[in-house]
Amino acid sequence: MSRALPVLTVLSVIVLVWYGAAIGLNAPWARDQAARAGEVLSTRQLVERTMMQDRPVLPAPHQVAKGLWDGINGQKITSKRSLVWHGWITLSATLAGFAIGSLAGILLAVGIVHSRVVDLSVMPWAVASQTVPILAIAPMVIVVFASAGVTGLLPKAMISAWLSFFPVLVGMVKGLRMPDAMQMDLMRSWNASRAQVFWRLRLPSAMPYLFASLKVAVGAALVGTIVGELPAGATAGLGARLLSGSYYGQTIQIWAALFAAAALAAALVAIIAGVERMVLRRMGLAR
Amino acid sequence: MGEIEARGVSLTFQTADGPVHALKDVSLTIGKGDFVSFIGPSGCGKTTFLRTIAALETPTAGQIRVNGMEADEARRARAYGYVFQAPGLYPWRTISGNISLPLEIMGFSKAERRGRIARVLDLVELSGFGGKYPWQLSGGMQQRASIARALAFDADILLMDEPFGALDEIVRDRLNEALLELWKKTGKTIGFITHSIPEAVYLSTRIVVMSPRPGRISRIIESTLPRERPLEIRDTPEFIRVAHEVREGLREGQSYD
Repeated sequence: MSRALPVLTVLSVIVLVWYGAAIGLNAPWARDQAARAGEVLSTRQLVERTMMQDRPVLPAPHQVAKGLWDGINGQKITSKRSLVWHGWITLSATLAGFAIGSLAGILLAVGIVHSRVVDLSVMPWAVASQTVPILAIAPMVIVVFASAGVTGLLPKAMISAWLSFFPVLVGMVKGLRMPDAMQMDLMRSWNASRAQVFWRLRLPSAMPYLFASLKVAVGAALVGTIVGELPAGATAGLGARLLSGSYYGQTIQIWAALFAAAALAAALVAIIAGVERMVLRRMGLAR
Repeated sequence: MGEIEARGVSLTFQTADGPVHALKDVSLTIGKGDFVSFIGPSGCGKTTFLRTIAALETPTAGQIRVNGMEADEARRARAYGYVFQAPGLYPWRTISGNISLPLEIMGFSKAERRGRIARVLDLVELSGFGGKYPWQLSGGMQQRASIARALAFDADILLMDEPFGALDEIVRDRLNEALLELWKKTGKTIGFITHSIPEAVYLSTRIVVMSPRPGRISRIIESTLPRERPLEIRDTPEFIRVAHEVREGLREGQSYD
């Protein structure tokens, strides 16, 4: 209970502020409508009206909750309106992109740590790749892939991988370089080969850094997938849902999709944290 | 096996502030079964010299031969075990796992590793602690585990760089005694760096006093103490005489400052 109380307190404050903001932002339209109908609204009526709009500027928490509920439970899972269906499309592309990006990051990190040539040639390009605004690249990537006949999961996974490989690369390089001079001297005194030094010293040292960067990478991968779903013509996934919501002014739909994406990200990070705990405990690094 | 011969060894580090003469013309012969202590102020080259023997540094002049081979050849033949001031144990391995590490790298079979680990834990009096993790052991026990690791693969030479420097005096005394016991039992050649005059006199058959700028041997003192040394020997006049000689040697080396 002692852990839940602070969290619940902060949550309550957030919800209260949200309600206040919803009233404030939706009031102009409600007043405008009332003026056109020639009505005069009392404060209580005004507040009520701001909570029930079809296309509010800022949906109230209960409206978003209802939108989420409708999207998850109110539809068949295979229907185009189902948040579960869209969520699954986004999730599958995210997982694919995350796997590719993490693997690429790890392999490149191993290369960078072991070869000066790779270090000097790859690192600058890796950094440069992240400075490209992904929103500008995404449509291009989709179009290029589509012209080659590849649509659906793969192009989105590529954008996802692009965004997620960098944290893993940086984290792994730092982790693999952790062993200090004394540890390396000890290995030299035993005449250990580079492979032996890698598997027995560098890799175990890098585990905490790997998991920290995986948590960052999975969030970036989700963002990448959603960005990949935004370009014109997207019909599936949470990003597409966000886009169609904004086209048709369905703000509740937008917020419901947003919350679904946030919940997905939280779940993914929690899973990685769970795996981290298990691995570190087996390694004897968790006390 | 177990001999170290250094002839005219010099080592100059090129640093941004100019050359640093870490070692200048150091010549020394360490015979099999000797216990040689190196003592001197900071910067006198003791650690650099030990590292040169271990082929972790390369001399800019002179020759070092270990077991009749080039120092680097001896390193590749795993001729020595090295103990640092910090235990340097892997936190993700148990004590047995840590001792097993060099054995795994050198390709010993599982059964052999088990036997060696048990034997060497017994030598340093840590039997029963094999399954514990380093963080569960005190500093003195961790250092003993580090020594056990250096002994596990039966190298003839043990090189120790201030191994007890980070420990308190009481633990140090016990470990000094244990090290002497170990030396008697195994007959290894030991190179030992220390900042403590009593420790140097108590442990060694020969004490090499070094002085800095440039790093060189100032004086070599042959210990006249008997091989059998209970801790009480530190209060005998003979001990005090040798310690006095060491102190003189140190003062001499610093008179050039």
